[in-house]
Amino acid sequence: MRANRFNGFSDFGIGIGLRVPHYQHILSEKPVVDWFEIISENYMVDGGRPLHVLDQILEQYRVVQHGVSMYFGSPEAPDWEHLKRLKALVKRTKTPWLTDHLCWGSVDGRYTHDLLPMPYTLEAARVTAQKIREVRDFLEVPIAVENVSSYAEFHFSEMSEWEFLTEVVESADCGILLDVNNIYVSSRNHNFNPHDYVAGIPAERVAQIHIAGHSKFEKYILDTHDHPVIDPVWKLYAHALELAGPTATLLEWDDNIPSFEEVHNEALKANRFIAEMKVAS
Amino acid sequence: MNLAEIQRRMYVAVVQPLTPGEHMQPRTRDGKSMHDAAAEFIKPNDRLSSFERLEIYNRQYWFRVLGALAEDFSGLRAILGVRKFEVLCKAYLVDCPSESFTLRNLGARLESWLLDHPQWIRPRAGLALDMVRLEWAEIEAFDAAAEPAWAPRDALGTDPDPQFRLQPYVQLLKLRYPVDDLLLAVRQEHSDGAMASNAISARKRARVRKAARQKPQSVFLAVHRMDYSVYFKRLDAEAFAFLNSLRDGNSLSAAVITAFAGRDVPESKILGTVQSWFESWSTLGWFCRPQSVDAKSISS
Repeated sequence: MRANRFNGFSDFGIGIGLRVPHYQHILSEKPVVDWFEIISENYMVDGGRPLHVLDQILEQYRVVQHGVSMYFGSPEAPDWEHLKRLKALVKRTKTPWLTDHLCWGSVDGRYTHDLLPMPYTLEAARVTAQKIREVRDFLEVPIAVENVSSYAEFHFSEMSEWEFLTEVVESADCGILLDVNNIYVSSRNHNFNPHDYVAGIPAERVAQIHIAGHSKFEKYILDTHDHPVIDPVWKLYAHALELAGPTATLLEWDDNIPSFEEVHNEALKANRFIAEMKVAS
Repeated sequence: MNLAEIQRRMYVAVVQPLTPGEHMQPRTRDGKSMHDAAAEFIKPNDRLSSFERLEIYNRQYWFRVLGALAEDFSGLRAILGVRKFEVLCKAYLVDCPSESFTLRNLGARLESWLLDHPQWIRPRAGLALDMVRLEWAEIEAFDAAAEPAWAPRDALGTDPDPQFRLQPYVQLLKLRYPVDDLLLAVRQEHSDGAMASNAISARKRARVRKAARQKPQSVFLAVHRMDYSVYFKRLDAEAFAFLNSLRDGNSLSAAVITAFAGRDVPESKILGTVQSWFESWSTLGWFCRPQSVDAKSISS
């Protein structure tokens, strides 16, 4: 897989998210999985079962940390307690890179626990890039930011989402966690061509790719991570591989979680696209 | 509108409680039309108005935080009933929105908020408060730190009156109602609910209702952890006082004096009792290894 400075020059292949319903299967059956992605916040605790399980996983598997509450796009300074706990976890997991979302979610220290969309302005890009740099300097690990699914746009946006993402990652000199399902969801909600998005970002900065399923409603699509990946998302994935090369890829499945085998097999479908890309190139 | 202002406006709209039909309120808190307020910063598209787009986030917020509290406080929910519990949670979250990066801490201020707002848990305020304290203690016991455990073979150094520290995950509760029994009954009902026949389900619900009507009864409880699972252990009043005294940093002799103060118990019996407590609690790993012992291990 493509190693670059944004993923710690690592060679990770196809991984899946580590989820509680699969703990027992993984620990007892020890299935062959290239790597697991963990939600950092679930393990930023002082002790107990979460850390016990994580330590057992770390003995046998490679792990990458994925956060959901750093809120790079919130202008307030990072929460010190959050950063300290996150750094302790980084030392524990030795994650080669760390990801969180290009979004906001807190105001004046009050949290929504949601991934809220950014207004695509130069001011927002500057504020966000500055915060990414501060967090990276403290954590001392490469950071890649993930594009989120969104259901609203702001009047004040001055550029497209992919232009905003480019502006942020180039200003912060960080990587991209390219979520092709999120691109698809947002493209349907905001009427743009998702392939323009994939073609419009600096492919050399892609550290990792996310794939997932979603739910369709009458007037919009919700990013629910509770279904298999649909064909148009696989096509976007193939397009991203063409531009970025074979990249560490992770399937997210967070609700109505099926058996470990079903989730892993869904993730491994990505291998076909990687093989086709290698043949084509 | 700058970034901070956009985010503040959206935050205020997102955390405003939903209507009883689970839609966004038609008015902002200061009485403006929510349609107009949303249109000032959210773009409509060909399928959804600004209001409808903002409403998606408003609904997601409330479904997420109410779901988290329902999961963490299933005992309180069983006492109050689903509707009353949800109304209480909404009022709590309006007064005490999350100030932590993790949803784990969402209920951290619930007990103190209820002490100031008992109207939400009347007429069973005592029972409900005890349940909240138990459920929060369970959250703390689940993932609090564990230090190396003291064992009888560990040397105690030369101190004739040593201090014993309790593991951070051991939570001590003095309750006025046997809510530990009630919570276990609630859990049992939930775990059986999916598979049970209607008749069995009805019996289980009756058991929960019966448990919820229990009369006051002093319960001294340790909420602790063993093999990474949380357990409840009832204590007698002396044992509870003894452990609390140790937790407060008192020496062994001071804890013994506190535990048996005002009780006419022969010294020989006290010695035997304390010895049996230590055997039981050290087996459970409740005591931390003294730091001096750790230092010796490191240096050797």
